[in-house]
Amino acid sequence: MRRYSSLLASLLVAIVAMGSTLTETALAQGDQPTDDEVNAVAKGLYCPVCENVPLDVCPTQACKQWRETIRDKLAQNWSQEQIEQYFVSQYGDRVLATPPASGLNWLVYLLPPVIFIAGAVILGGAIRSWRKVSRTVAQPADEPSADPYLERVEEELRRRD
Amino acid sequence: MIEGIGFAALVISFLLALYGAGAAAYGATRGRAEWVESARRAMLLSWPMISVAALAIILLLVGARYDIAYVAKVTSNSMPAYLKITALWGGQEGSLVFWSWLMAAFASAVGLRKWDRDRDLLPWVIVVTMITLAFFLSLIIFFENPFSRIWITAEGGQAFAFFRPEGAQAASPVDGQGLNPLLRHPGMIIHPPMLYLGFVAFVIPYAFAMAALITGRSDDRWIRVTRRWTLVAWLFLALGLILGGRWAYDVLGWGGYWGWDPVEIAAFMPWLAGTAFLHSVMVQEKKGMLKHWNMLLIILTYSLVLFGTFLTRSGVLSSVHAFAQSAIGPMFFAFIGISFVVSLWLLLKRWGELRGVNQINSIVSRESLFLVNNFLFIVILAVLFLGVIFPLVSELFTGQTVTVGPEWYERIVGPLFAGLLLLMGVAPLSAYGSSSWRTLGKLIWLPVAISLVIPALLLITGMRSAAAILGYWLASLVAIVTLYEFWRGASARHRRHGEILPVALVRMAGRNRRRYGGYVIHLGVVLMAFGIIGIEVFQTETQGTLARGEQLTLGRYVMVYEGLTRFNAEDGREISRAELSIYKDGRSVGKLFPRQDFYLVQNQPMTIPGVRSTLEEDLYVLLVGWEPIGQGGATFKIYHNPLVNFVWLGGVVFILGTLVAAWPDREPETVRRRSAHAQALPAGD
Amino acid sequence: MSLPLILIWKEWKKNSAAVTSEKEFVSEAEFSKAAESPPRRWVRISIWAGLLGILALVGFGLVRAQQGPVGIGSRAPEFTLATFDGDELNTADLLGKVVVVNFWASWCKPCEQEALELELAYQLFKNKGVEFLGVDYVDTETEALAYLDRFDITYPNGPDLGTSISQAYRMRGVPETYIIGPDGRISAVQIGPYTSVDQIVAHIELALGQ
Repeated sequence: MRRYSSLLASLLVAIVAMGSTLTETALAQGDQPTDDEVNAVAKGLYCPVCENVPLDVCPTQACKQWRETIRDKLAQNWSQEQIEQYFVSQYGDRVLATPPASGLNWLVYLLPPVIFIAGAVILGGAIRSWRKVSRTVAQPADEPSADPYLERVEEELRRRD
Repeated sequence: MIEGIGFAALVISFLLALYGAGAAAYGATRGRAEWVESARRAMLLSWPMISVAALAIILLLVGARYDIAYVAKVTSNSMPAYLKITALWGGQEGSLVFWSWLMAAFASAVGLRKWDRDRDLLPWVIVVTMITLAFFLSLIIFFENPFSRIWITAEGGQAFAFFRPEGAQAASPVDGQGLNPLLRHPGMIIHPPMLYLGFVAFVIPYAFAMAALITGRSDDRWIRVTRRWTLVAWLFLALGLILGGRWAYDVLGWGGYWGWDPVEIAAFMPWLAGTAFLHSVMVQEKKGMLKHWNMLLIILTYSLVLFGTFLTRSGVLSSVHAFAQSAIGPMFFAFIGISFVVSLWLLLKRWGELRGVNQINSIVSRESLFLVNNFLFIVILAVLFLGVIFPLVSELFTGQTVTVGPEWYERIVGPLFAGLLLLMGVAPLSAYGSSSWRTLGKLIWLPVAISLVIPALLLITGMRSAAAILGYWLASLVAIVTLYEFWRGASARHRRHGEILPVALVRMAGRNRRRYGGYVIHLGVVLMAFGIIGIEVFQTETQGTLARGEQLTLGRYVMVYEGLTRFNAEDGREISRAELSIYKDGRSVGKLFPRQDFYLVQNQPMTIPGVRSTLEEDLYVLLVGWEPIGQGGATFKIYHNPLVNFVWLGGVVFILGTLVAAWPDREPETVRRRSAHAQALPAGD
Repeated sequence: MSLPLILIWKEWKKNSAAVTSEKEFVSEAEFSKAAESPPRRWVRISIWAGLLGILALVGFGLVRAQQGPVGIGSRAPEFTLATFDGDELNTADLLGKVVVVNFWASWCKPCEQEALELELAYQLFKNKGVEFLGVDYVDTETEALAYLDRFDITYPNGPDLGTSISQAYRMRGVPETYIIGPDGRISAVQIGPYTSVDQIVAHIELALGQ
């Protein structure tokens, strides 16, 4: 999301700056938050009722109401974090698109690098011990063939095996 | 009547499967070949039996027999006939039957092959496949019977059962609920069968692997025999995933194709394990290495197939896809647990016998790079598994459940896939045995240099996203290296045989299908990567409410709202369709008609986007809401998806590549030519 | 199903004595140590432990999924409701009375079917030792107040903050109603809307009779 949120933000500015070809809603003009601003906040939230549906795409009536709530809060100049916090206090942690980095949730941010490193260590160990084996075994090493035809012949022979 | 025959057929197949497993095991341990042959016959008979059951369901579905609970659940009078037939896999009970039908079909195909060389593996292959089949049939017969009727109990409530409950009367509804509207899309019709084909086909290599372990064989015969099965299973799984993505893009209305939904991931995980397996068995075949690892991988793939099937059916994780929770969850859980434990135990017991020549001469040799490939795939798999399982962990320890969303997945998995792209560019140039950094460097410096043109161009034209530039550079590197490999082989043939290049290309690929098919697959992946990076990094969107005549702008596109019409379709839908004129850079490029279909019976709306697709991009417009015609306006959401069609194009190339790789060898005249100088070598496959 | 397993075991016993490997040109020197012996003890133990851990976790998830809502006879989970009027009601203070806990939401169509009936039942049993509490599940305040206004509901209602109350009752969807007896235990459960006032009255009288 952060990758193109800056792109999105500049796009929003461009649109607004162009004198807004976006029509106003039936409500008051002026500083009503646009649908795009609402969606930008809603993107970081999930529908509290329908499972695993982000709030900006959820089509149900309830989700429309929640998006309107976001619009109201934005009109009152709440920040995105404040709105997200509000939703969390109302509906629980699961309404956030990514687990908040607190308590047990540190695990979900810590484990992926741990898994990667553990795997790399195991891989490195295996490669190292297998290289030792190759060194103790005095075998003529296969020469990398510069001639692709010869290589293909060897391949085919191996295939026949 | 039909339901009676169908149910009887299911019970007979179940008994046949049990008998087959028992007889094969008995025959193998006692050395009585006639028992094994009897088991094989039972296995062959199970497929026609299940076919009878499946046919019975289809007849009931098409015949509007709404007194049968399953028929009432997934069909209705307003559905066209072809949809009624495909409703066979539209619900839990029917899809389990479909799964079993595929399992029986594949097991029979295996049973019909020539078994001369591998006679000792046959009984155990029968045991494994028949136990799996029996398990699924038991779920159907005892828990999810597609032939259950609707009864009206003495108290006036509803009951579902095959046999009449005490004091109840048969109900005879005149219409059914009908298939969930979301499922009435061509993609959704083929997507489950493709996935099931992939899932079920992976049981075959697993069965052979178990047979090899049980009989104590340490060669790679089981790999060679099931090589095509593995490839075909992997192909169908990939196809199922791609089709699922296409369906989501077309009808789910969120402008994307992958939501990192737990059930999507549940189907993706076996594919990842399968891809790792596909690559590492090549190392075992060429070098006799990694025997333990390959056993572990196939066990993992099979378990993930079962686990994936389990996750979608048991209600453990809810998602857009999940079938309703039911009693089969615990059964699945037990079966997965037991089979995984038994497989692991067998592997550990046979560990010593799986003697291999585990040696690596250089870190940049091909075997070593394949190991790195496996490492990356397994890390991705582990990360996805963590994401899927973490909400459970959170609920267990804190009472609060959390959502692990796309941002978390993409941030972690993105760099790992980039690593895989890099490998795809480097590994084809490495050789088995000792490749030194120098020899590799000699081959790779030119492709790298050429590929750097791409990031340079991108930077010059103003692209600033580091992730996209890196991704495009790696993708072009892979494309260059892969095309270079094609050129290298073809030109060598051209030098040798004097064939013109296109002919040389085809002949060369024909003689080494697996390698060049694999390269075509890699090219498919490159195209998909182009598309994925385009849409993920550069997607833009906007939303607005328009009165008639007003317009909405997104980038170079301007969209004018012309009007809205409402009408009823024959199959019980109320359709509201908007008309939009699209202008790109000021010039008219046509009209789009996004609409909302409201299915009256299910009380469910479906948002169908209007999409303008070109190779360069998609303009994707959704009708989000509207006021009644004549008043107010309509709300539209527009997505601009650059390069997204490369994803589907890449998918097609991907599939073609797999077909090339899997195509059976033929051409008797080449065989004759070869067999002349192959006489001294052991007989081939 | 255990017969093949037993036979597998027997087969393994027989075969482990006579193992052959086909076409393996493996010289003595190439007998790699790592390829022969099973992985070290701690590796094996950690693999089994990890596997059991994952199975246990998934099993837990399964048990949760199979569990229904809080059942009749079990102790009713205690909670504090912050009503829309600004009061705070704790169910612990209501011990000795019959409490009707109704889960609803403004976006829930079936809830509308029972709204009037619930209010009617409330009026019937007012001041007779029966309390009504409406728990608004995952809703927005403006719409919730509009709903209450529309059906003239006068008994206390409040939002289910953080969905803690519905989680405690293992609620699956709205509407659901739980009747708590004077002893603090669940006396009746209604999944889905009540179809008539008589149904509600019947449940309440059952609870009062205890």
